[in-house]
Amino acid sequence: MAPILRSTPLVALLVLQISLLFFASTLPISSGSEDSYTITGRVRIPAIILAGTAIGHAAKFSNIKVVLNGGQNISFLRPDGYFTFHKVPAGTHLIEVYALGFFFSPVRVDVSARHHGKVQATLTETRRSLTELVLEPLRADQYYELREPFNVMAILKSPMGLMVGFMVVVVFLMPKLMENIDPEEMKRTQEELRNQGVPSLSSLLPASR
Amino acid sequence: MAIRVSLLLLVFLSSAVVSFSLYEDQVGLMDWHQRYIGKVKHAVFHTQKTGRKRVIVSTEENVVASLDLRHGEMFWRHVLGTNDAIDGVDIALGKYVITLSSQGSMLRAWNLPDGQMVWETSLHSAQSSKSLLSVPINLKVDKDYPILAFGGGYLHAVSAVDGEVLWKKDFTAEGFEVQRVLQPPESSIIYVLGFLHSSEAVVYQIDSKTGEVVAQKSMVFPGGFSGAISSVSSDKVVVLDSTRSILVTIGFLDGDINFQKTPISDLVKNSGNAEILSPLLSNMLAVKVNKRTIFVRVGGEGKLEVVDSLSDETAMSDSLPVADDQVAFASAHHEGSKIHLMVKLVDDLDTVLLRESIEMDQHRGRVHKVFINNYIKTDRSNGFRALIVMEDHSLLLLQQGAIVWSREEGLASVTDVTTAELPVEKDGVSVAKVEHTLVDWLKGHMLKLKGSLLLASLEDVAAIQEMRMKSSGRSKLTRDHNGFRKLFIALTRAGKLFALHTGDGRIVWSMLLNSPTKSEACERPSGINLYQWQVPHHHAMDENPSVLVVGRCGSDSSAPGVLSFVDVYTGKEISSSDIGHSVVRVMPLPFTDSTEQRLHLIADTEGHVHLYPKTSEALSIFQREFQNVYWYTVEGDDGIIRGHGMKSSCAGETADEYCFTTKELWTVVFPSESEKIISTLTRKPNEVVHTQAKVSTDQDLLYKYVSRNLLFVATVSPKGAGEIGSVTPEESALVVYLIDTITGRILHRLSHQGCQGPVHAVFSENWVVYHYFNLRAHKYEVTVVEIYDQSRAENKNVWKLVLGKHNLTAPISSYSRPEMFTKSQSYFFAQSVKTIAVTSTAKGITSKQLLIGTIGDQILALDKRFVDPRRTLNPSQAEKEEGIIPLTDSLPIIPQSYITHSLKVEGLRGIVTAPAKLESTTHVFAYGVDLFYTRLAPSKTYDSLTDDFSYALLLITIVALVAAIYITWVISEKKELSEKWR
Repeated sequence: MAPILRSTPLVALLVLQISLLFFASTLPISSGSEDSYTITGRVRIPAIILAGTAIGHAAKFSNIKVVLNGGQNISFLRPDGYFTFHKVPAGTHLIEVYALGFFFSPVRVDVSARHHGKVQATLTETRRSLTELVLEPLRADQYYELREPFNVMAILKSPMGLMVGFMVVVVFLMPKLMENIDPEEMKRTQEELRNQGVPSLSSLLPASR
Repeated sequence: MAIRVSLLLLVFLSSAVVSFSLYEDQVGLMDWHQRYIGKVKHAVFHTQKTGRKRVIVSTEENVVASLDLRHGEMFWRHVLGTNDAIDGVDIALGKYVITLSSQGSMLRAWNLPDGQMVWETSLHSAQSSKSLLSVPINLKVDKDYPILAFGGGYLHAVSAVDGEVLWKKDFTAEGFEVQRVLQPPESSIIYVLGFLHSSEAVVYQIDSKTGEVVAQKSMVFPGGFSGAISSVSSDKVVVLDSTRSILVTIGFLDGDINFQKTPISDLVKNSGNAEILSPLLSNMLAVKVNKRTIFVRVGGEGKLEVVDSLSDETAMSDSLPVADDQVAFASAHHEGSKIHLMVKLVDDLDTVLLRESIEMDQHRGRVHKVFINNYIKTDRSNGFRALIVMEDHSLLLLQQGAIVWSREEGLASVTDVTTAELPVEKDGVSVAKVEHTLVDWLKGHMLKLKGSLLLASLEDVAAIQEMRMKSSGRSKLTRDHNGFRKLFIALTRAGKLFALHTGDGRIVWSMLLNSPTKSEACERPSGINLYQWQVPHHHAMDENPSVLVVGRCGSDSSAPGVLSFVDVYTGKEISSSDIGHSVVRVMPLPFTDSTEQRLHLIADTEGHVHLYPKTSEALSIFQREFQNVYWYTVEGDDGIIRGHGMKSSCAGETADEYCFTTKELWTVVFPSESEKIISTLTRKPNEVVHTQAKVSTDQDLLYKYVSRNLLFVATVSPKGAGEIGSVTPEESALVVYLIDTITGRILHRLSHQGCQGPVHAVFSENWVVYHYFNLRAHKYEVTVVEIYDQSRAENKNVWKLVLGKHNLTAPISSYSRPEMFTKSQSYFFAQSVKTIAVTSTAKGITSKQLLIGTIGDQILALDKRFVDPRRTLNPSQAEKEEGIIPLTDSLPIIPQSYITHSLKVEGLRGIVTAPAKLESTTHVFAYGVDLFYTRLAPSKTYDSLTDDFSYALLLITIVALVAAIYITWVISEKKELSEKWR
């Protein structure tokens, strides 16, 4: 049986939020009789990940569920983040943590019958093995798209903005450019183009003048 | 120039890349979420202290919740695992909620204000037995009385502070059944009363400090006990003997056992078998005899006397101490449309403390449970509030003759869902009341514009949100052009039908199913399934649509069935009938009669099928198609799938001309030593497929093999049928089959070594996607199988088509041997799954999304493009253009594509999709303990403007352009004039 820490939820939460270096001591991972064992572990949300989330989902510790073998058993977290599965037979099991706002990797847990319920844990997503059963989220989940703040550049960059910009360029700058071109030269190019038979914008522009 | 244009196009295209996400301020715009708890089993009030008054409830959905007594809202709620049923709930130390669950083997304490779990203790259990929880009411807070929990043959004393087991006592002796654990207040002795082989009463006296047996007494009762027991005081219990006709009072004062027999016939004349009811009343017990409830007072020497009798349909509460060692209890019964609630003193039944009559909706049925709580009124008299649970599982709080709040908890146990259209808007009916003036409209759009430019202040944002919620008459009760407004008809376990509006989720109507005959045996049939009976759209436009509810009298599958036809618009039952045969399977046929009633076949246990509706027209339609009706049955335990066809009318046996005999056409037998059927699935019968062919990148055509008669079957090795931890990879294999249900031909077989169930699958068009567990990798996997038709593969040559040398017009028969090939691919998936569904749209043009209900009770929308067997590691340029995603070993879980966003559908059981009229859009309804609805557009709403579209911006742009044109025109006129003057 895991030691039960008699601490108020508030204090425990606070302790958790400061990423808990103190608790890195050894964990009594498993104990039990010959054929059924107890798996004890802890869920910890590091301050770095916690900082990235909206305050809404954060620290909702009472809504975290730990699931063994796809729903065979469901366990809840104590204020200090510990969870326990009782009467687990030896073998290879799967533990998943479900917390709104966080993504946890499923954990492969081998409970050894030979070593009296010694537990080996591996994260199945990253294939990283854990020395102790402390589960941390891989990332914080953001369920909503963030609205971009109002930005003149964003509007200009949008297709509409680009089209408008292009129009402005054509309407105001093109005539200016045309003015700079020598009319003689223009006529020559026009003729060349006419010979080639390719209609172009420049062939249309002088016509309007 | 050309470069620039192409650049522009590129920018335009890249901005059109599909995304499925939601902005936070769009929450509640298209979706709604309703939270429930289920039918209440136990309720404990917490009203002593000042501050929030609450009631702690545990329910049949394994929910423990804290409700606000004032409004019925939830403070907190926890849904325990499916096999973690709650046996008892109580409050300890005034701050912890204690729950005993899993047949008395799990004891948990939750913090009362916020629901955080404080401690959890696993109790030792050796055998299945009843489980009892006893939490001492301690008057002195500083003294720690242990919690007594009995379950699994062991009595545990657990400290309420930290859950530490103080002692445990073994009661697993053979034949011994513990019946009661009693602890007289202010006493250190615990009495454990049990029966040995149902004939010997044994009383143990246990020291509550150490758990040691102080004394043990036993006494044989010759008649034997029947099990039901009622404890009337701390030293007396009353039981029924094995003949159920004699009440035996067992007194065990100071450890001495004495029996006192009282035949029930002495109490009531002409009594039949009696039944002891569960409420705990002090010095009194309630006995059900001759369909009446009698109250029997237990005198000082165990003498019994009848003090009152009530009608059978009375629900009673436990007794509740009211001031000055008086004890009261409440009883509630139905009379017409009213509920009569009475609170009486136990000692003196003539003193009625409270008598109230409350008008109650007929469709709530009878009162099932009553819980009472008292409070002190301002004039120092006692007031009472009663929490009642009705037959339809709803929960109501009654106080001062009125319903303070009610919760429709029946919706926590939805078993089947179907959709229905709303009535068409009639010309005479004006619906335009909600439309406002042009100025208001413009103002609203200006606000929206401000919002989309993020210039809005906080008040503006609130105003926008409110406007959106109310906008566009989304909760109107008429059909709309886009088909966004619809009804979801939900059948609950209590046998109640609810019609929910898609706009805001409100209940449009509800109806409790009634038995047509009102017979004794079947007063309230249990609903099994819902079918669309009549969906008028061509000929019978003036008829109201209706649904068929198939119910059953009793839980046994051979119990007679009941059909009920319900009008969708009004929620009234059109007719109902006792069909006189059992219901094994209901098959909607693809034929309708002239009033658009769909023909249904119902198979019974005797191998006959019955045709409904029973009209001669339906019969003549059916006779025409008689030879073309096939169906199959799956016998999961034996591993056999059988195909059936029609044989003849069973006129020889019965006179019923709507009854038909069947013949067995084929059987598929799976070897029972190596394969066990765990999942079968067919396509949705009403699914629409838009194109038969698929154009691949190299201008090649692939014809989809689209057949309605395909059955997907998944089997595992018998060893692998259990939970994940129970088998090694070598021992388990998963095999999936695609079977044609007309001929029984196995079209495809795919085996996955080292894999096991549970299998969750979805079948749509020509593909199946299924989710299972890979034991070798110890990860979940998703496999897709796509089926293509080989026989038509040569038709891709245009010249063949032109010259008519194609076989497209050749008749397609289910008997012919299909030439088909499959493509499949597997991916890892990082979550357990509860259910999978697929979106469905009106014409089937829009691309599909898989809706994956995860074990975290969220729903993930995954584009079908991710489960496409044509994905390769390095797709060519052409393939990329077609939208083929490079192959990855696992499917992505993008948090923004959770359609439930930051909500959970607790206890998710099923997802239902239904098409809207607008091709791009689909309705999604998920049910479990909670309900969730949203509208999805898998490829974005390409065929309509979104609600967010800023009409104001468009208008302003147009106005500005017109103004600019005018101004430039004036300027150019002036310029021209001045040039001419020059």
